[in-house]
Amino acid sequence: MIDFLNALVVLGNFVLVPAIAYGSQLALGALGVTLIYGILRFSNFAHGDTMAMGTMGVIFATWWLQSLGVGLGPFPTALLALPFGIAFAVALTLGTDRLVYRFYRAQRAKPVILVIVSMGVMFIYNGLTRFIIGPSDQRFSDGERFIISAREFKQMTGLREGLAIKTTQGITLVTAVVVVAALFWFLNRTRTGKSMRAYSDNEDLALLSGISPERVVMVTWLIVAALATIAGTLYGLDKSFKPFTYFQLLLPIFAAAIVGGLGNPLGAIAGGYLIAFSEVGITYAWKKVLRYLLPENLEPSTLMQLLGVEYKFAVSFALLVVVLLFRPTGIFKGKSV
Amino acid sequence: MTDRVRTVFLFGLVAVLILGTGVSQSWNSALGILNMGLISAIMALGVNLQWGFAGLFNVGIMGMVALGGLAVVLVSMPPVPDAWAAGGLGAVAGLCIGAATITLAILAWSRLPKGWRGWGVAAILIVGFVFYRMIFAPSTAAIEAVNPAGTGYLGGINPGGSDNFKAWGWITILAWPLGGALAAGAAWAIGKTALGLRSDYLAIATLGIAEIVIAVLKNEDWLTRGVKNVVGLPRPVPYEIDLQANAGFVERAAGLGLDPATASTLTVKLGYSLLFTVVLLILLVLAQLALKSPWGRMMRAIRDNEVSARAMGKDVTARHLQIFILGSAICGVAGAMLTTLEAQLTPASYQPLRFTFLIWVMVIVGGSGNNLGAVLGGFIIWFLWVQVEPAGVWLMHIITAGMPEDAPLREHLLASTQHMRLLTMGAILLLVLRFAPRGLLPER
Repeated sequence: MIDFLNALVVLGNFVLVPAIAYGSQLALGALGVTLIYGILRFSNFAHGDTMAMGTMGVIFATWWLQSLGVGLGPFPTALLALPFGIAFAVALTLGTDRLVYRFYRAQRAKPVILVIVSMGVMFIYNGLTRFIIGPSDQRFSDGERFIISAREFKQMTGLREGLAIKTTQGITLVTAVVVVAALFWFLNRTRTGKSMRAYSDNEDLALLSGISPERVVMVTWLIVAALATIAGTLYGLDKSFKPFTYFQLLLPIFAAAIVGGLGNPLGAIAGGYLIAFSEVGITYAWKKVLRYLLPENLEPSTLMQLLGVEYKFAVSFALLVVVLLFRPTGIFKGKSV
Repeated sequence: MTDRVRTVFLFGLVAVLILGTGVSQSWNSALGILNMGLISAIMALGVNLQWGFAGLFNVGIMGMVALGGLAVVLVSMPPVPDAWAAGGLGAVAGLCIGAATITLAILAWSRLPKGWRGWGVAAILIVGFVFYRMIFAPSTAAIEAVNPAGTGYLGGINPGGSDNFKAWGWITILAWPLGGALAAGAAWAIGKTALGLRSDYLAIATLGIAEIVIAVLKNEDWLTRGVKNVVGLPRPVPYEIDLQANAGFVERAAGLGLDPATASTLTVKLGYSLLFTVVLLILLVLAQLALKSPWGRMMRAIRDNEVSARAMGKDVTARHLQIFILGSAICGVAGAMLTTLEAQLTPASYQPLRFTFLIWVMVIVGGSGNNLGAVLGGFIIWFLWVQVEPAGVWLMHIITAGMPEDAPLREHLLASTQHMRLLTMGAILLLVLRFAPRGLLPER
């Protein structure tokens, strides 16, 4: 029994807790991608760099607040700085839309042209991020490091294994739940949200019923900028901020959105967690868990790791291909343009 | 006629830009730009084949380029006999088991009755994976344990052996077609699974494949030495030191008024330029012939209207697969040439912005659907990629001229000029897409 509990704790510590946090971050990112796809009808390659830009705004605001001596006690100052970062990202995306995307929307350009355009935007955002904050790692998390540390947990329960939960992981989950709840309330209950869904379902019909497309697009960018900034900040708090890592997040985020069904917000969330759990689960060395579960003479001699951590991209990719081969529109039915 | 004038003018402009670099900076850097421009032009040709001819959205170019680089190591380095003795057989056997497992699983999926096939495939995969790991992991560990600081990998097939492999430098050229073949093989596997998908999905799938290829190169030390890099690859052109030791060469250099050191580096670079030009010309002629052939017309018909092409009895899926493989093979050849030029394989240096998205900028700016346009885009964008940095430094010095010497903003601005490149490329791409969406040399 004790062995079973120990195994459970190891599993929680190394797989469940990190995967839940990572999955929440991916889900928030994938929600942004999926909203853009649903409303503006293209795959936004600049999303990872939008996240980086928003997070950069948050980091600068954090530093400014820290220099003023303002803080949140046990919580990271970055939470207080979020609104500044979101405002910055909103200004950025709305400006980009006005300068770049609107022209192609008016022309009714093919989606793939918009994807290439977003590649240009990606270059510019990426360059700007590196230009302003530099390409190196930035750590901006402060406050209490752990909600519960491994040592405290061991003392509390008397188990041999410890369960550590970082503050950032707790904040990630809570924020994600709040944000997702707010988003769904907005999409399902408010007039603007309903008009967005109508526009996503059938553009012409929505136009006929008097929905202003420019307004829908503007609100979409607003939400996407907020989601991207929050996702980026949570990821940066949990791990660290590095422009190149954010660019690379594009792959798992897209995989999450596609696996769940592009254009479907519920799918994006499911996809985010699915990708995170598979990535962490397949690259985790299961030896430690199995040691507690199996009888002594069956103890595995290898690490029982299916794939090296370096191959985590392969996991999101493989999952993507398998889902697409068997359910081409994703787990939840997505849309296709 | 105006098309032709435009083409001649723009290629003339490229020549002037490169010659201008030679006069104002140095002939060494001019030839450097020329060589990389030639390689970039070949990559752009490959992408143009996929995007311009067939409308396939491939953002996995980096993976193909890296596979080409791998081919150079596999061909031009000498084999490591100790490593082969330690685990070569096991590694090969492990790979064979892996391949056989996947083949069996696919066969089982199509042959087994419906209710059984899920379980059957799962069983085959699990058993195959266990056997694969049992044989493969110890062998590769043994290979990597053989002199890890010096070799720690299987090496290539250079018959010269570890003492004399540099004398067999010409063999590197054989790696170019092999690089193409490796990339073609990978493209076949990707195409078989992902080409049926919609364009966005294909894009993400190729993006993923490229990352996986890089991850393999970085982590499979027994094959590529991983992040320890393979340096000192033999080259198909003479070495500078040998040239400088050659009395006849020194005399001829003196006759031209050059010192031996400069003359030798220029000769080496010119040698590469010649080789690369030959490859580019061959591929360009082939691509032009293909474009004008019935096959090329069919491709463009498929691109412009898939449904009607299908209704005319064209096998769209097979044609897509075909052109996806061809384009990827060209990128593989270019990747092998790139690694030959750099004389080292450094897996960590493959970055998607540089090796995938920059090539896309080249194709779009040059003019998708036009082979000459792609080549032109390759040269112009590479030239800008190189020259934006010094231009950025110069610009920043002007901007910051009025600031005090030790102002933090000034130091920050001067230190970040290298990131001007990405910014400029993005701006160029957006401007071209907006004001000349068909590129500098539009498709006819």
